[in-house]
Amino acid sequence: MDWIVYGVITLIKTAVLLFVLLTAVAYATLMERKVLGFMQLRLGPNRVGPWGLLQPLADGVKLFFKEDISLPVSEPRLYAIAPWVTAVAAITPFLAIPFADTVAPETVEVFGRTVDLAQYGIHRGVIADLPGAVLFILAISSLSTYGVVLGGWASDNRYSLLGGIRVTAQMISYELSLGMAVVGVLLVAGSMRLTEIVDAQARLPFIVYQPLGFVLYLTAAFAEACRTPFDLIECENELVAGYHTEYSSMKFGLFQLAEYAHIITVSAVAVTLYLGGWQGPWLPSGLWFVLKTGALVFFFIWVRATYPRVRYDQLMSFGWKVLLPLSLANILATGCAVAWWG
Amino acid sequence: MELFLFVTFSALTVGSAAAVVWHPHPVKSALFLILSFFSMGGLYLLLQAEFIALMQVLVYAGAVMVLFLFVIMLLNLKPRGEDRAAFKVRVRWAVPLVLFFVGGVLTAVTGALARLAPAGSHGPDWVAAQGGNIRALGRLLFTRGLLPFEVTSVLLLVAVVGVMVLAKKERR
Repeated sequence: MDWIVYGVITLIKTAVLLFVLLTAVAYATLMERKVLGFMQLRLGPNRVGPWGLLQPLADGVKLFFKEDISLPVSEPRLYAIAPWVTAVAAITPFLAIPFADTVAPETVEVFGRTVDLAQYGIHRGVIADLPGAVLFILAISSLSTYGVVLGGWASDNRYSLLGGIRVTAQMISYELSLGMAVVGVLLVAGSMRLTEIVDAQARLPFIVYQPLGFVLYLTAAFAEACRTPFDLIECENELVAGYHTEYSSMKFGLFQLAEYAHIITVSAVAVTLYLGGWQGPWLPSGLWFVLKTGALVFFFIWVRATYPRVRYDQLMSFGWKVLLPLSLANILATGCAVAWWG
Repeated sequence: MELFLFVTFSALTVGSAAAVVWHPHPVKSALFLILSFFSMGGLYLLLQAEFIALMQVLVYAGAVMVLFLFVIMLLNLKPRGEDRAAFKVRVRWAVPLVLFFVGGVLTAVTGALARLAPAGSHGPDWVAAQGGNIRALGRLLFTRGLLPFEVTSVLLLVAVVGVMVLAKKERR
């Protein structure tokens, strides 16, 4: 009957992670508004609760009770399913990310019998320790594109369609660089298992060996999460709101949730691959993970307050003529170094 | 459980592959092709080939089909309307052809399987000893399969350069 214990513990871990992640998404919106406010010498939201801390709650209630305007679109089912595809694809990669060292003891006693949790690594701070975790994360997060494309296409709106078409070309260009940048880490670590990659960074985080790879990953991650300066799919001065122009209420809310969940996911992956994951002195491992991820999310917002949006042809030529050759050079250099010293 | 999953995934693969051909709308056809690739990834997982399963989703469902959708939407392809009758005539010819083709592939594969040695040398135990699917595949690719691997990459490079040459406008 050990598997019941395994299942219950995994379910608890998943529920807690989902709760924390969704709360983090809600507060990422507040963080964005506050940080942008301070960087632009304004106050940001400060009416709901002390220091505006209850603002995400108020936003959620407002989104939930807004009228869900149902348009007479030609593909109502695809129109309805599109936000869900994006949201699910943005959250699912978290299944494979190690967020803490251990979250449970190695053995537990249930009704007088001892269950060995360490046998399948159930006690570790990761829900599914996949052997191809890096590929899994890349594969699943690439699927979020479909929600955006289908939403833009099914809205029967030229602006939405243009936003949807833009995201396809952008994704193809930048996902390639993203994957190629990650290969450097895989070469250094010699594994695709994220727990092994984190363990390998016990002495030094991989950003020391892969400074160029980190910069390349982060740049491609901005495009992957469709954030300024690469947020052309929803740029308001050309496309109204891009792919989610025709969405309202919770469907719009899901697209927003997906956007912030995407930022948190790519930040968490960057922390795991380059910044040592949950490793760190003195503080508990889970707190280190949250702190590092939070710092990267702050960086995302900081960049939004700093840089203007690029033009579409600039985006494409930058992806193919700068980012991709650099990431290939990074692989070559890393491969030579690993062969020489490794 | 395994049988149930196998039946589900194979029914999904074949069914959505048929829907790709049958559906009059190009975008829906592409969506069914994505579903087909997905369930094929599930089949690979059942074979414990997790690397190929992930690659299937990452490359085919994640990248290739995004390009397909991009082209379909860019060309703004409309549902096939009036040539539906011609399509039905063509299907009448296609069914026996497909059956013939499937029969040929099945005979060839079963013949090849009979001639192959039993999976002793590179079976599940060997894969486990190598430290997993991805390591085992990598080691095989860069030792026994090195020449075909490199030749394939040169072939792909030629294709990439060829597309560049063909697609690039003359600049004077």
